[in-house]
Amino acid sequence: MSNPNSASISQLVWLGLGAVGAFFLLMLVLNWASASTSGEQSLGSVDYASNSITLALEQEPPQLDSSRSTDSVSGIILGHVMEGLLRVDGNNKLVPGVAERWEITSTGAKFWLRDNARWSDGSQVTAHDFIFAWQTVINPVTASQYAFFLYPLKNAEAINSRGMAMDQLGARALDDLTIELEFENPISYFDKLLAFSTYFPIKESFFNSTRGRYGSDADTMLYNGPFVITQWVHSAQLRAKKNPHYWDKDSIGLDAINWSYITADTTAKLNLFKDNRIAMVQLDAETLESALYNKWNIKQFADGTIFYIEFNHRDGRLTTNYHLRRAMQLVSNSSELVYKVIKLPGNLPGMSLFPSWQMGENKLFQLEYPTPEHRVDIDEAKRHLEIARQELGLSSFPPLVMLSSDSPTARKQSEYYQNVFKRTLGLEIKIDQQIFKQRLAKMLAGEFDVVMGGWGPDYEDPLTFADLFASWNIQNRGRYNNPALDKQVRIAQGSLNQAERMRAFGAIQDILYHDSVVIPNYERGRIYVVDPRVKGLVRRITGADPDFSRAYLVDKDSNISKGDSKVAAN
Amino acid sequence: MRAYLLKRIVQGIITVWFIASATFVAMHNVPGDPLMDEKATTEEIRKNLMQKYGLDKSLFEQYIIYLKNMSQGDFGISFTQQNRQVNDIIREHFPVSAALGILAITFAAFGGILWGALTALYRNRLPDIVIMFLVILGVSVPSFVFAALGQLSIVSVNNLVGFSLIPVAGWGTIWHMLVPSMVLGMSTMAYLTRLMRSSMLEVVNTDYIRTAKSKGLPATQIFLQHQLRNAVLPVITVLGPAIAAITTGGFVVEMVFAIPGLGRYFVEAVQQLDYTVIMGTTVFYGAFLVFMVIIVDVIYGFIDPRVRVG
Repeated sequence: MSNPNSASISQLVWLGLGAVGAFFLLMLVLNWASASTSGEQSLGSVDYASNSITLALEQEPPQLDSSRSTDSVSGIILGHVMEGLLRVDGNNKLVPGVAERWEITSTGAKFWLRDNARWSDGSQVTAHDFIFAWQTVINPVTASQYAFFLYPLKNAEAINSRGMAMDQLGARALDDLTIELEFENPISYFDKLLAFSTYFPIKESFFNSTRGRYGSDADTMLYNGPFVITQWVHSAQLRAKKNPHYWDKDSIGLDAINWSYITADTTAKLNLFKDNRIAMVQLDAETLESALYNKWNIKQFADGTIFYIEFNHRDGRLTTNYHLRRAMQLVSNSSELVYKVIKLPGNLPGMSLFPSWQMGENKLFQLEYPTPEHRVDIDEAKRHLEIARQELGLSSFPPLVMLSSDSPTARKQSEYYQNVFKRTLGLEIKIDQQIFKQRLAKMLAGEFDVVMGGWGPDYEDPLTFADLFASWNIQNRGRYNNPALDKQVRIAQGSLNQAERMRAFGAIQDILYHDSVVIPNYERGRIYVVDPRVKGLVRRITGADPDFSRAYLVDKDSNISKGDSKVAAN
Repeated sequence: MRAYLLKRIVQGIITVWFIASATFVAMHNVPGDPLMDEKATTEEIRKNLMQKYGLDKSLFEQYIIYLKNMSQGDFGISFTQQNRQVNDIIREHFPVSAALGILAITFAAFGGILWGALTALYRNRLPDIVIMFLVILGVSVPSFVFAALGQLSIVSVNNLVGFSLIPVAGWGTIWHMLVPSMVLGMSTMAYLTRLMRSSMLEVVNTDYIRTAKSKGLPATQIFLQHQLRNAVLPVITVLGPAIAAITTGGFVVEMVFAIPGLGRYFVEAVQQLDYTVIMGTTVFYGAFLVFMVIIVDVIYGFIDPRVRVG
């Protein structure tokens, strides 16, 4: 049989051709049979004929019910299809949204709604839609995880967690177009909250008609923003069209946005970008090289999230000792961590709990209140360690438990610190690497000595970071308790005087450093590439990011390519 | 036959019940809390969520409720997609995984049989050596490498022709199915090629081939009707489990090619501790596997009279 006859071979070839034919026939049949679960997908990254762009999403939005949504992907979509009383424009300034004008005092606020704001069914957006949405958020039955966003409203917290009656909420519709609010306490940053998705309106009659399925499909939602979702194929794509009822539709440059691909795979997204299928791609360490090779115009953006080491201050933990914490702080070098270990472009060495982009009273917060100077000093660190050893009455230090997540960056980070603490101080570190949910559970239960923590801002005021270590804050996983810090947090929360508040933030920054409460690691940066034919993309620290709602296409004839950095530079 | 089928179905139901119970116990013993999120919630909100998902009841009560609902085909509401029924998730996404799986298995079976026959014909000569080398590659290289390579080649081909000939990712037309199904079926095809080759070589030396030859039948008829047909039997045996393995194992391919299949939900639910989706998909896939095995056993009886039952 080792000498095959040609007849058998030719038969095999025929069989092979038949198999290929059968395979394609099967593809056709299956495509026809599953046609209901998919939509057409022929558009390129930029399509001039339909004046649209195509993008990819990291994951399927879990839900688009603004009263319960908490994740960033839902935030992106909601930011394109909904609008609150106020909105944040391309220069990060608050501008009128559904509210035409407003008045905020120390005790409350009043909003006058524009009379031409419409829902996507053509009906008017009224004050009742906002009140209903907020009542839904606060209602304990909704179990909204972002209910705390509404706690500035009078009695909101009591209704949400202590069973007070809903009619006690300090928010009333005076008529169809006027909203009056009462505050629980004076609050200086309330206007910044209003652009956030938890404050978006929901139309009551529509909400009730969906019978608990609000925001789970394209047709179980009503939209009042620049775009409406026309098609939502779960885990496959979301297509949005310009909202013809939107009051400011003249300033919307695109007729459609298609989020046509949903995948977390960065290489796949890079390939889609290369193939002109999507108009923007976020880069990581692996895909960066390809972007450089293709000479794309790479952009950078600090997304506002900061990462740091937290200590456990619960009784019985060695880390309650100031000198031990100080010793560990003195040998830490965030520049080395960022530039030599993590090596992801875009990241900045952490200096403080407050990120570098944070605005102070008039200029950047870091310029008004510089971070305490930090210098690595191993001898001084050893001196502190020795004091700690004597104070704690130890002959030598037992291993410390470092809780960390299982991401590649977190792994590098914790191994770096393990090495640093061992090499310089002779401290043994046991790394406890856990999956997301289990790490959170252990953080809450206090099962750690040090933990790799991080925080993304909820709203654009330094307070979102400043109250993290207040003794009453449930996010204070290490249970740090310092009356001096609490006092400053109270000032920052209650005062309406910006200068006084900034002073308080400065004091908080000093306490956190001098009492060695946190060791800042890095401020996260994002690097990305955008199709140069798309203009007007806005990156945001809170809310919808990336925001294409006011994006537009450059002239078709300007003929620019991805590598053309002269034209591409914004 | 009917008694046999009945027996198999009862056995199958017990198997599924066992899978469901084992998953339930294992899932509740995995460390972590499904309601935990980056931002800590107050006790009151937690209590409300526990109530909503019935987590405030004892584990035994939860188990009974869950079994009762499951027997009525209701898997509950997803934890992560709070307004979606697990039933809807399975109904919308399983057909995609199934289409992909059927194509992959067809590709693997056709390819495996053809390459296997070819290598047997050219035994120990160059085509055999080259193909068997590729087969070893196919068996040992993991699917995410094939997926990445496949996608990269699409980009290169598209670049070369100057327009999007084959879509890089996504789902919707038959062109979207082509490369992912081939990638998904690759390792099964390699495995089947090996199986087919050895099966072919075994058949060559049997008495009935010698008889056919001595009868003076034309070589083509011997090859097609006697050799190929008999050699295919073992390949069909392994197809059943392979269908289930391919349909459930599409996670990586679905991820890379951005395909809205059930495999992604299956894996992501475990990472997210989404109890209801874990239970729903596991039980569904378990039942599917059991069903496929029964079907193959029954079909096998028709193909090979020697194993006909009852």
